[in-house]
Amino acid sequence: MNPGRIAAIALRQFYLYRGSPTRLVPLFAWVGIDIVLWGFITRYLNTISLHGGNFVPALLGAVLLWDFLTRVMQGLSTAFLEDVWSRNFLNVFATPLLISEYVTGLVITAVVTSLVGLATMIVLASLAFGLSFLAYGVALLPFLLVLFLTGIALGIAAIAMVLRLGPASEWFVWPLPAMIAPFAGVFYPVSTLPPWMQAVSRILPPAYVFESMRAVVQGRQADWGSLGIGLALSVLYIVLAAILFMGIFRFAVRTGLLARYSAESAS
Amino acid sequence: MAQGEASSRRTDTLTPLLAVSDLCKTYGTTRAVDGISFAVAPGEIVGLLGPNGAGKTTTVNMVLGVLAPTSGSITIDGIDLLKKRSDALAHTNFSAVYAALPGNLTVIENLRVFGLIYGVRPLGERVEEMLAAFDLVRFRDTKSGLLSSGEQTRLSLAKALLNKPKLLLLDEPTASLDPSTARDVRRTICAFAHDQASAVLWTSHNMHEVEETCDRVMFLSRGRVLLEGDPKLLPQAHGAADLEDLFVAVAHETLHERAPA
Repeated sequence: MNPGRIAAIALRQFYLYRGSPTRLVPLFAWVGIDIVLWGFITRYLNTISLHGGNFVPALLGAVLLWDFLTRVMQGLSTAFLEDVWSRNFLNVFATPLLISEYVTGLVITAVVTSLVGLATMIVLASLAFGLSFLAYGVALLPFLLVLFLTGIALGIAAIAMVLRLGPASEWFVWPLPAMIAPFAGVFYPVSTLPPWMQAVSRILPPAYVFESMRAVVQGRQADWGSLGIGLALSVLYIVLAAILFMGIFRFAVRTGLLARYSAESAS
Repeated sequence: MAQGEASSRRTDTLTPLLAVSDLCKTYGTTRAVDGISFAVAPGEIVGLLGPNGAGKTTTVNMVLGVLAPTSGSITIDGIDLLKKRSDALAHTNFSAVYAALPGNLTVIENLRVFGLIYGVRPLGERVEEMLAAFDLVRFRDTKSGLLSSGEQTRLSLAKALLNKPKLLLLDEPTASLDPSTARDVRRTICAFAHDQASAVLWTSHNMHEVEETCDRVMFLSRGRVLLEGDPKLLPQAHGAADLEDLFVAVAHETLHERAPA
């Protein structure tokens, strides 16, 4: 892979963010709103809790971690959609750029944008609602790693879908994390779910993160074995998503979909 | 089939920068490109002519690597495009009337991004050269989407020459330019092809432009090369007053062939 070409893809995104407050503000705004909303919900739940429990690390922490995954996925897919919106495929893909370089450039963009969101959430949740990440201990790092990798896998799968189905299919991209959330046990133990949903959750890496997070919050050890499974699954999904994107890109080149993308059809 | 002497000499004696062999593209039962073969030598400007739907853009898209041929081969500077896409496209660039650069980046941002993609060095210096060559200096910090169509075309051409490509593909490059600017642009491209010994494949519906710039032309019709030769000699050889008359005759013939009996 050529670092200069990867840098070019990331640089394009940097220029877009630099010159556009409408792109910059959402990096902070939506995650900030989520933390404020859920911060007050947890504060209220703490006041009505019969056992005097603290919902902040379990509930507000879950919101923060889930938002992180969502931001990673959307950071990658939005960077791709910029090329869809500006009808830039011909200019980008009629160059020596490799698909792996293109996707790596998108991933770098996602890393930067999601870290901005994560920092905003951490500052807000800590200062305003007393969420301490020390409560998660060293397990926080694998939590973030698994969620980051899952977000990347989801993002690549999402852009593969947009490439295959056309520009209008971007509306399938935004609700993807929300469709997974009920199965991932973000806000409740997976054991709450009916058996068939539990079976689905077993193949979702975030489910292992949130189960471990609740264990840590309840004073137990993180289940490192489960986190290992989550990590392995997330890596597997990145590989599968990359294969899917490559396959769809080849299909688009073979059928003429790439050259006539705005038509949303190869025939 | 007529063949211009000057151009054929060139093609025969120099290793072609672009070699297309038995190229086919089929969509279902439609053969958009039907077994065409041609070569473009260093320093040669070849015009790809034909009515709408003749297969010109399909051919250009295949040479650009954004459309896979159904069969046939494309070699750019001796590199097989289908096997080593990235290596082959590193020697190529293009400008097309339907592929404007992203309107939400400024002129200089667009040139920097594409300069990095094409590995241009030293990038800053080359970008300044292109800004000057295409009279874009005063627009350097203007969003490309705010430029007039003619200015956007000049930007697209600046991008196309940024990496001093060995093979330059131009799909109706002067379609939105006023006559004066179009003439300047033609001169810039011709000088570039001559100085860099680059091969140029040029599609246009402006026969005056083709006659002025192209060493050789190929008339495409229904995905096949119908005529080929020197644009200054072809009309006479086929009993036409000029290239435009010949184009109209070829296009009419094509339409009549298409019409149901």
